[in-house]
Amino acid sequence: MTSPDWPLFEVFIRSRSGLEHKHVGSLHAVDARMALEHARDVYTRRLEGVSIWVARSSDIAASDPLDADAFFEPARDKVYRHPTFYAIPEEVKNL
Amino acid sequence: MYTQGLDSLGKDCLQAPSQDAAALTARFDAKVERDEKIEPKEWMPDAYRRTLVRQISQHAHSEIVGMLPEGNWITRAPTLRRKAVLIAKVQDEGGHGMYLYSAAETLGVSREELVAQLLAGTAKYSSIFNYPTLTWADIGAIGWLVDGAAIMNQIPICRCSYGPYARAMVRICREESFHQRQGFEIMMTLARGTPAQRAMAQDALNRWWWPSVMMFGPSDAESPHTAQSMRWKIKRFTNDELRQHFIDVTVPQADFLKLTVPDPELRWDEESQHYRCGAIDWSEFHRVVKGHGPCNRERLAARRRAHEEGAWVREAASAYAAKERARATASKESA
Repeated sequence: MTSPDWPLFEVFIRSRSGLEHKHVGSLHAVDARMALEHARDVYTRRLEGVSIWVARSSDIAASDPLDADAFFEPARDKVYRHPTFYAIPEEVKNL
Repeated sequence: MYTQGLDSLGKDCLQAPSQDAAALTARFDAKVERDEKIEPKEWMPDAYRRTLVRQISQHAHSEIVGMLPEGNWITRAPTLRRKAVLIAKVQDEGGHGMYLYSAAETLGVSREELVAQLLAGTAKYSSIFNYPTLTWADIGAIGWLVDGAAIMNQIPICRCSYGPYARAMVRICREESFHQRQGFEIMMTLARGTPAQRAMAQDALNRWWWPSVMMFGPSDAESPHTAQSMRWKIKRFTNDELRQHFIDVTVPQADFLKLTVPDPELRWDEESQHYRCGAIDWSEFHRVVKGHGPCNRERLAARRRAHEEGAWVREAASAYAAKERARATASKESA
Protein backbone atom coordinates (compact mmCIF):
# COMPACT_ATOMS: atom_id res chain seq x y z
CA MET A 1 0.00 0.00 0.00
CA THR A 2 1.35 3.39 -0.87
CA SER A 3 0.68 7.03 -0.23
CA PRO A 4 0.23 9.46 -3.10
CA ASP A 5 3.63 11.05 -2.48
CA TRP A 6 5.58 7.82 -2.92
CA PRO A 7 7.36 8.00 -6.27
CA LEU A 8 7.68 5.12 -8.66
CA PHE A 9 11.02 3.33 -9.10
CA GLU A 10 12.08 1.01 -11.90
CA VAL A 11 13.95 -2.09 -10.72
CA PHE A 12 16.90 -3.68 -12.50
CA ILE A 13 18.46 -6.95 -11.34
CA ARG A 14 21.78 -8.64 -12.09
CA SER A 15 20.86 -12.30 -11.90
CA ARG A 16 24.41 -13.64 -11.70
CA SER A 17 27.85 -12.17 -11.42
CA GLY A 18 29.10 -11.33 -14.92
CA LEU A 19 25.66 -10.66 -16.40
CA GLU A 20 24.12 -7.25 -17.04
CA HIS A 21 21.32 -5.72 -14.96
CA LYS A 22 17.95 -6.29 -16.53
CA HIS A 23 14.67 -4.45 -16.02
CA VAL A 24 12.26 -6.60 -14.00
CA GLY A 25 9.50 -4.27 -12.90
CA SER A 26 8.63 -1.32 -10.76
CA LEU A 27 7.46 -0.35 -7.30
CA HIS A 28 6.61 2.62 -5.10
CA ALA A 29 8.86 3.73 -2.27
CA VAL A 30 9.64 6.89 -0.31
CA ASP A 31 13.30 6.88 -1.27
CA ALA A 32 15.97 4.84 -3.00
CA ARG A 33 16.90 2.91 0.11
CA MET A 34 13.35 1.74 0.72
CA ALA A 35 13.03 0.97 -2.99
CA LEU A 36 16.06 -1.33 -2.77
CA GLU A 37 14.68 -3.16 0.26
CA HIS A 38 11.24 -3.55 -1.30
CA ALA A 39 12.82 -4.68 -4.58
CA ARG A 40 14.63 -7.40 -2.67
CA ASP A 41 11.36 -8.60 -1.12
CA VAL A 42 9.23 -8.28 -4.23
CA TYR A 43 11.64 -9.41 -6.97
CA THR A 44 14.27 -11.69 -5.38
CA ARG A 45 12.42 -14.07 -3.07
CA ARG A 46 14.09 -17.02 -4.83
CA LEU A 47 17.66 -15.77 -5.15
CA GLU A 48 16.94 -14.19 -8.54
CA GLY A 49 19.71 -11.65 -8.12
CA VAL A 50 23.11 -10.71 -6.75
CA SER A 51 22.73 -6.96 -7.33
CA ILE A 52 19.83 -4.52 -7.65
CA TRP A 53 19.62 -1.06 -9.23
CA VAL A 54 16.64 1.19 -8.70
CA ALA A 55 16.00 4.43 -10.59
CA ARG A 56 13.14 6.87 -10.33
CA SER A 57 10.83 6.23 -13.27
CA SER A 58 10.52 9.97 -13.84
CA ASP A 59 14.30 10.14 -14.39
CA ILE A 60 14.19 7.72 -17.29
CA ALA A 61 13.76 9.13 -20.78
CA ALA A 62 12.31 6.73 -23.33
CA SER A 63 12.09 6.75 -27.10
CA ASP A 64 8.61 7.18 -28.54
CA PRO A 65 7.15 4.01 -30.07
CA LEU A 66 5.22 6.06 -32.65
CA ASP A 67 8.55 7.39 -33.95
CA ALA A 68 10.32 4.06 -33.78
CA ASP A 69 10.47 3.53 -37.55
CA ALA A 70 12.10 6.90 -38.24
CA PHE A 71 14.23 6.76 -35.10
CA PHE A 72 15.87 3.44 -35.93
CA GLU A 73 15.81 3.91 -39.71
CA PRO A 74 19.47 5.07 -40.05
CA ALA A 75 20.73 1.56 -39.18
CA ARG A 76 18.37 -0.22 -41.55
CA ASP A 77 20.41 0.02 -44.79
CA LYS A 78 23.86 -0.51 -43.26
CA VAL A 79 24.08 -4.24 -43.70
CA TYR A 80 27.85 -3.88 -44.18
CA ARG A 81 28.06 -3.55 -40.41
CA HIS A 82 27.49 -7.31 -40.15
CA PRO A 83 30.25 -9.87 -40.83
CA THR A 84 27.95 -11.91 -43.10
CA PHE A 85 28.00 -9.02 -45.62
CA TYR A 86 31.48 -10.03 -46.76
CA ALA A 87 32.00 -13.06 -49.01
CA ILE A 88 35.24 -14.82 -48.12
CA PRO A 89 36.40 -17.99 -49.94
CA GLU A 90 35.98 -21.11 -47.85
CA GLU A 91 39.65 -22.05 -48.01
CA VAL A 92 40.57 -18.92 -46.07
CA LYS A 93 40.63 -19.86 -42.41
CA ASN A 94 40.43 -17.93 -39.18
CA LEU A 95 38.46 -14.97 -40.52
CA MET B 1 6.60 -3.82 -16.46
CA TYR B 2 7.11 -0.33 -17.64
CA THR B 3 5.19 2.18 -15.71
CA GLN B 4 3.24 5.34 -16.15
CA GLY B 5 6.29 7.33 -15.07
CA LEU B 6 7.82 6.52 -18.42
CA ASP B 7 4.79 7.89 -20.19
CA SER B 8 5.68 11.46 -19.34
CA LEU B 9 7.45 12.01 -22.65
CA GLY B 10 4.72 10.35 -24.65
CA LYS B 11 1.50 11.69 -23.14
CA ASP B 12 0.54 13.08 -26.51
CA CYS B 13 0.55 9.67 -28.11
CA LEU B 14 -2.28 8.65 -25.78
CA GLN B 15 -4.48 11.18 -27.54
CA ALA B 16 -2.59 11.02 -30.82
CA PRO B 17 -3.89 14.25 -32.29
CA SER B 18 -1.81 14.01 -35.44
CA GLN B 19 -3.06 10.68 -36.77
CA ASP B 20 -6.61 9.66 -37.34
CA ALA B 21 -8.15 6.94 -35.22
CA ALA B 22 -8.84 4.57 -38.10
CA ALA B 23 -5.18 4.41 -39.12
CA LEU B 24 -4.09 3.90 -35.53
CA THR B 25 -6.67 1.18 -34.99
CA ALA B 26 -5.57 -0.59 -38.15
CA ARG B 27 -1.96 -0.43 -37.01
CA PHE B 28 -2.92 -1.75 -33.56
CA ASP B 29 -5.02 -4.59 -34.96
CA ALA B 30 -2.24 -5.61 -37.34
CA LYS B 31 0.26 -5.71 -34.49
CA VAL B 32 -2.00 -7.89 -32.37
CA GLU B 33 -2.63 -10.10 -35.39
CA ARG B 34 1.15 -10.58 -35.85
CA ASP B 35 1.38 -11.65 -32.18
CA GLU B 36 3.53 -8.63 -31.32
CA LYS B 37 3.21 -7.18 -27.83
CA ILE B 38 1.50 -3.87 -27.14
CA GLU B 39 3.58 -1.72 -24.77
CA PRO B 40 2.41 1.04 -22.39
CA LYS B 41 3.34 4.11 -24.41
CA GLU B 42 1.78 2.85 -27.60
CA TRP B 43 -1.59 3.90 -28.91
CA MET B 44 -4.36 1.47 -28.04
CA PRO B 45 -8.16 1.58 -28.30
CA ASP B 46 -9.83 2.98 -25.18
CA ALA B 47 -11.91 -0.15 -24.77
CA TYR B 48 -8.76 -2.31 -24.81
CA ARG B 49 -7.21 -0.12 -22.14
CA ARG B 50 -10.37 -0.21 -20.00
CA THR B 51 -10.69 -3.98 -20.34
CA LEU B 52 -7.09 -4.46 -19.26
CA VAL B 53 -7.35 -2.07 -16.31
CA ARG B 54 -10.43 -3.93 -15.13
CA GLN B 55 -8.97 -7.40 -15.60
CA ILE B 56 -5.48 -6.71 -14.23
CA SER B 57 -6.75 -4.79 -11.19
CA GLN B 58 -9.30 -7.50 -10.38
CA HIS B 59 -6.49 -10.00 -10.65
CA ALA B 60 -4.31 -7.90 -8.31
CA HIS B 61 -7.13 -7.51 -5.78
CA SER B 62 -7.68 -11.28 -5.88
CA GLU B 63 -4.05 -11.88 -4.92
CA ILE B 64 -4.28 -9.45 -2.02
CA VAL B 65 -7.63 -10.68 -0.69
CA GLY B 66 -6.44 -14.23 -1.35
CA MET B 67 -3.86 -13.80 1.41
CA LEU B 68 -6.65 -13.69 4.01
CA PRO B 69 -8.18 -17.19 3.95
CA GLU B 70 -4.73 -18.78 4.16
CA GLY B 71 -3.30 -16.23 6.58
CA ASN B 72 -6.01 -17.50 8.91
CA TRP B 73 -4.03 -20.74 9.36
CA ILE B 74 -0.44 -19.50 9.67
CA THR B 75 -0.47 -19.51 13.48
CA ARG B 76 -2.15 -22.91 13.55
CA ALA B 77 -0.16 -24.83 10.93
CA PRO B 78 0.46 -28.34 12.25
CA THR B 79 4.27 -28.33 11.90
CA LEU B 80 7.07 -25.80 11.57
CA ARG B 81 7.66 -26.98 7.98
CA ARG B 82 4.02 -26.43 7.04
CA LYS B 83 4.12 -23.03 8.70
CA ALA B 84 7.25 -21.89 6.84
CA VAL B 85 5.72 -23.08 3.55
CA LEU B 86 2.43 -21.31 4.21
CA ILE B 87 4.18 -18.06 5.09
CA ALA B 88 6.19 -18.28 1.85
CA LYS B 89 3.03 -18.92 -0.16
CA VAL B 90 1.11 -16.03 1.38
CA GLN B 91 4.13 -13.77 0.86
CA ASP B 92 4.23 -14.81 -2.82
CA GLU B 93 0.59 -13.80 -3.15
CA GLY B 94 1.40 -10.37 -1.76
CA GLY B 95 4.23 -10.14 -4.30
CA HIS B 96 1.93 -11.21 -7.13
CA GLY B 97 -0.48 -8.46 -6.15
CA MET B 98 2.42 -5.98 -6.38
CA TYR B 99 3.49 -7.18 -9.87
CA LEU B 100 -0.09 -6.87 -11.07
CA TYR B 101 -0.77 -3.44 -9.59
CA SER B 102 2.43 -2.23 -11.32
CA ALA B 103 1.22 -3.69 -14.61
CA ALA B 104 -2.19 -2.00 -14.20
CA GLU B 105 -0.52 1.32 -13.39
CA THR B 106 1.23 1.29 -16.78
CA LEU B 107 -2.23 1.87 -18.28
CA GLY B 108 -2.57 5.24 -16.59
CA VAL B 109 -4.40 4.46 -13.34
CA SER B 110 -2.77 5.11 -9.98
CA ARG B 111 -2.18 2.62 -7.21
CA GLU B 112 -4.24 4.78 -4.85
CA GLU B 113 -7.26 4.71 -7.16
CA LEU B 114 -7.11 0.94 -7.44
CA VAL B 115 -6.70 0.37 -3.70
CA ALA B 116 -9.49 2.85 -3.01
CA GLN B 117 -11.81 0.91 -5.35
CA LEU B 118 -11.07 -2.31 -3.49
CA LEU B 119 -11.62 -0.77 -0.07
CA ALA B 120 -14.82 0.97 -1.20
CA GLY B 121 -16.18 -2.37 -2.34
CA THR B 122 -16.66 -1.19 -5.93
CA ALA B 123 -13.95 -3.44 -7.43
CA LYS B 124 -14.38 -7.16 -7.95
CA TYR B 125 -12.02 -9.93 -6.94
CA SER B 126 -12.21 -13.67 -7.37
CA SER B 127 -15.36 -14.96 -5.66
CA ILE B 128 -13.49 -17.99 -4.32
CA PHE B 129 -11.88 -15.94 -1.54
CA ASN B 130 -15.28 -15.26 0.00
CA TYR B 131 -15.41 -18.80 1.33
CA PRO B 132 -14.10 -19.59 4.83
CA THR B 133 -11.15 -21.84 5.71
CA LEU B 134 -12.68 -23.97 8.44
CA THR B 135 -10.04 -26.69 8.88
CA TRP B 136 -6.39 -27.30 8.05
CA ALA B 137 -7.49 -29.49 5.14
CA ASP B 138 -8.89 -26.34 3.51
CA ILE B 139 -5.31 -25.11 3.13
CA GLY B 140 -4.56 -28.30 1.20
CA ALA B 141 -7.69 -27.95 -0.92
CA ILE B 142 -6.94 -24.31 -1.73
CA GLY B 143 -3.41 -25.07 -2.91
CA TRP B 144 -4.51 -28.08 -4.92
CA LEU B 145 -7.79 -26.81 -6.41
CA VAL B 146 -7.83 -23.03 -6.19
CA ASP B 147 -4.20 -22.56 -7.21
CA GLY B 148 -4.62 -25.35 -9.73
CA ALA B 149 -7.51 -23.49 -11.34
CA ALA B 150 -5.66 -20.18 -11.11
CA ILE B 151 -2.59 -21.62 -12.88
CA MET B 152 -4.78 -23.03 -15.63
CA ASN B 153 -6.30 -19.58 -16.10
CA GLN B 154 -2.98 -17.78 -15.95
CA ILE B 155 -0.74 -19.86 -18.21
CA PRO B 156 -2.48 -18.64 -21.39
CA ILE B 157 -2.21 -15.04 -20.11
CA CYS B 158 1.59 -15.39 -20.34
CA ARG B 159 0.93 -14.92 -24.08
CA CYS B 160 -1.42 -11.97 -23.60
CA SER B 161 -1.02 -9.17 -26.16
CA TYR B 162 -0.29 -6.57 -23.48
CA GLY B 163 3.43 -6.80 -22.64
CA PRO B 164 3.46 -5.77 -18.96
CA TYR B 165 0.58 -8.14 -18.08
CA ALA B 166 2.18 -11.02 -19.97
CA ARG B 167 5.55 -10.48 -18.25
CA ALA B 168 3.95 -10.27 -14.80
CA MET B 169 2.12 -13.49 -15.52
CA VAL B 170 5.32 -15.31 -16.52
CA ARG B 171 6.80 -14.51 -13.10
CA ILE B 172 3.61 -15.46 -11.31
CA CYS B 173 3.21 -18.81 -13.06
CA ARG B 174 6.83 -19.67 -12.38
CA GLU B 175 6.30 -19.06 -8.67
CA GLU B 176 2.90 -20.65 -8.39
CA SER B 177 3.59 -24.24 -9.27
CA PHE B 178 4.94 -24.79 -5.77
CA HIS B 179 1.65 -23.49 -4.36
CA GLN B 180 -0.30 -26.21 -6.07
CA ARG B 181 2.14 -28.97 -5.21
CA GLN B 182 2.30 -28.11 -1.52
CA GLY B 183 -1.51 -28.17 -1.43
CA PHE B 184 -1.64 -31.59 -3.03
CA GLU B 185 0.99 -32.80 -0.57
CA ILE B 186 -1.19 -31.67 2.36
CA MET B 187 -4.19 -33.49 0.86
CA MET B 188 -2.08 -36.60 0.26
CA THR B 189 -0.86 -36.63 3.87
CA LEU B 190 -4.39 -36.29 5.22
CA ALA B 191 -5.86 -38.79 2.76
CA ARG B 192 -3.32 -41.38 3.92
CA GLY B 193 -3.78 -40.52 7.59
CA THR B 194 -6.27 -41.56 10.24
CA PRO B 195 -9.98 -41.99 9.38
CA ALA B 196 -10.61 -38.58 10.96
CA GLN B 197 -7.92 -36.97 8.77
CA ARG B 198 -9.36 -38.65 5.66
CA ALA B 199 -12.79 -37.34 6.55
CA MET B 200 -11.33 -33.86 6.95
CA ALA B 201 -9.74 -34.07 3.48
CA GLN B 202 -13.02 -35.29 1.96
CA ASP B 203 -14.96 -32.51 3.68
CA ALA B 204 -12.57 -29.90 2.28
CA LEU B 205 -12.93 -31.32 -1.23
CA ASN B 206 -16.72 -31.30 -0.81
CA ARG B 207 -16.73 -27.61 0.05
CA TRP B 208 -14.07 -26.37 -2.41
CA TRP B 209 -14.87 -28.37 -5.54
CA TRP B 210 -17.80 -26.39 -6.91
CA PRO B 211 -16.44 -22.94 -6.02
CA SER B 212 -13.19 -23.95 -7.81
CA VAL B 213 -15.09 -25.10 -10.89
CA MET B 214 -16.88 -21.73 -10.88
CA MET B 215 -13.58 -19.83 -10.71
CA PHE B 216 -13.38 -19.90 -14.50
CA GLY B 217 -16.35 -17.55 -14.63
CA PRO B 218 -19.78 -17.77 -16.25
CA SER B 219 -20.41 -20.21 -19.09
CA ASP B 220 -19.47 -19.04 -22.58
CA ALA B 221 -23.11 -18.33 -23.41
CA GLU B 222 -23.27 -15.91 -20.47
CA SER B 223 -19.89 -14.30 -21.08
CA PRO B 224 -20.44 -11.47 -23.59
CA HIS B 225 -16.89 -10.02 -23.44
CA THR B 226 -15.07 -13.26 -24.25
CA ALA B 227 -15.18 -12.88 -28.02
CA GLN B 228 -13.69 -9.36 -28.00
CA SER B 229 -11.03 -10.35 -25.45
CA MET B 230 -10.04 -13.26 -27.67
CA ARG B 231 -9.81 -11.01 -30.73
CA TRP B 232 -7.50 -8.74 -28.73
CA LYS B 233 -5.54 -11.79 -27.56
CA ILE B 234 -6.02 -10.86 -23.93
CA LYS B 235 -7.80 -14.15 -23.55
CA ARG B 236 -6.74 -17.27 -25.43
CA PHE B 237 -9.35 -19.83 -24.33
CA THR B 238 -12.99 -19.50 -23.31
CA ASN B 239 -14.18 -20.01 -19.72
CA ASP B 240 -15.78 -23.35 -20.57
CA GLU B 241 -12.67 -24.64 -22.38
CA LEU B 242 -10.50 -23.85 -19.35
CA ARG B 243 -13.07 -25.30 -16.95
CA GLN B 244 -13.22 -28.55 -18.93
CA HIS B 245 -9.45 -28.80 -18.92
CA PHE B 246 -9.38 -28.26 -15.15
CA ILE B 247 -11.94 -31.01 -14.54
CA ASP B 248 -10.13 -33.39 -16.89
CA VAL B 249 -6.80 -33.08 -15.07
CA THR B 250 -8.17 -32.81 -11.52
CA VAL B 251 -10.55 -35.78 -11.37
CA PRO B 252 -7.73 -38.34 -11.80
CA GLN B 253 -5.81 -36.56 -9.01
CA ALA B 254 -8.83 -36.96 -6.71
CA ASP B 255 -9.00 -40.62 -7.73
CA PHE B 256 -5.35 -41.00 -6.76
CA LEU B 257 -6.16 -39.58 -3.32
CA LYS B 258 -9.13 -41.98 -3.14
CA LEU B 259 -11.36 -38.99 -2.44
CA THR B 260 -14.77 -38.52 -4.06
CA VAL B 261 -15.54 -35.49 -6.20
CA PRO B 262 -18.90 -34.20 -4.88
CA ASP B 263 -20.73 -34.52 -8.19
CA PRO B 264 -22.96 -37.60 -8.55
CA GLU B 265 -23.37 -36.93 -12.26
CA LEU B 266 -19.64 -36.84 -13.00
CA ARG B 267 -18.70 -39.47 -15.59
CA TRP B 268 -16.05 -40.19 -18.18
CA ASP B 269 -17.28 -39.73 -21.72
CA GLU B 270 -15.41 -42.17 -23.93
CA GLU B 271 -16.52 -40.56 -27.16
CA SER B 272 -15.31 -37.02 -26.42
CA GLN B 273 -12.47 -38.20 -24.13
CA HIS B 274 -13.62 -35.71 -21.48
CA TYR B 275 -15.28 -35.87 -18.10
CA ARG B 276 -18.88 -34.69 -18.11
CA CYS B 277 -19.98 -32.92 -14.93
CA GLY B 278 -23.37 -32.16 -13.44
CA ALA B 279 -25.12 -28.80 -13.68
CA ILE B 280 -23.33 -25.88 -12.04
CA ASP B 281 -25.37 -23.84 -9.56
CA TRP B 282 -24.78 -20.42 -11.08
CA SER B 283 -27.18 -18.76 -8.66
CA GLU B 284 -24.58 -19.40 -5.93
CA PHE B 285 -21.83 -17.86 -8.08
CA HIS B 286 -23.86 -14.71 -8.75
CA ARG B 287 -24.85 -14.45 -5.10
CA VAL B 288 -21.19 -14.52 -4.00
CA VAL B 289 -20.04 -12.14 -6.77
CA LYS B 290 -22.75 -9.67 -5.73
CA GLY B 291 -21.38 -9.60 -2.19
CA HIS B 292 -23.51 -12.18 -0.42
CA GLY B 293 -21.00 -15.01 0.02
CA PRO B 294 -20.11 -16.33 3.47
CA CYS B 295 -17.11 -13.99 3.95
CA ASN B 296 -17.48 -10.99 1.60
CA ARG B 297 -18.02 -8.51 4.43
CA GLU B 298 -15.31 -10.05 6.60
CA ARG B 299 -12.72 -9.89 3.78
CA LEU B 300 -13.36 -6.24 3.01
CA ALA B 301 -13.42 -5.34 6.69
CA ALA B 302 -10.03 -7.05 7.11
CA ARG B 303 -8.53 -5.12 4.16
CA ARG B 304 -9.91 -1.83 5.44
CA ARG B 305 -8.59 -2.48 8.92
CA ALA B 306 -5.15 -3.36 7.54
CA HIS B 307 -5.13 -0.17 5.47
CA GLU B 308 -6.16 2.02 8.39
CA GLU B 309 -3.87 0.38 10.91
CA GLY B 310 -0.96 0.66 8.49
CA ALA B 311 -1.49 4.39 7.93
CA TRP B 312 0.98 5.44 10.62
CA VAL B 313 3.73 3.33 9.01
CA ARG B 314 3.19 5.02 5.64
CA GLU B 315 3.08 8.44 7.28
CA ALA B 316 6.25 7.76 9.27
CA ALA B 317 8.09 6.58 6.14
CA SER B 318 7.03 9.70 4.23
CA ALA B 319 8.04 11.97 7.13
CA TYR B 320 11.41 10.25 7.43
CA ALA B 321 12.09 10.58 3.71
CA ALA B 322 11.14 14.29 3.82
CA LYS B 323 13.51 14.83 6.75
CA GLU B 324 16.34 13.05 4.94
CA ARG B 325 15.77 15.18 1.83
CA ALA B 326 15.77 18.36 3.92
CA ARG B 327 19.00 17.26 5.62
CA ALA B 328 20.66 16.52 2.28
CA THR B 329 19.64 19.92 0.90
CA ALA B 330 20.88 21.69 4.05
CA SER B 331 24.28 19.97 3.94
CA LYS B 332 24.63 20.87 0.24
CA GLU B 333 23.84 24.50 0.97
CA SER B 334 26.27 24.75 3.87
CA ALA B 335 29.05 23.12 1.81
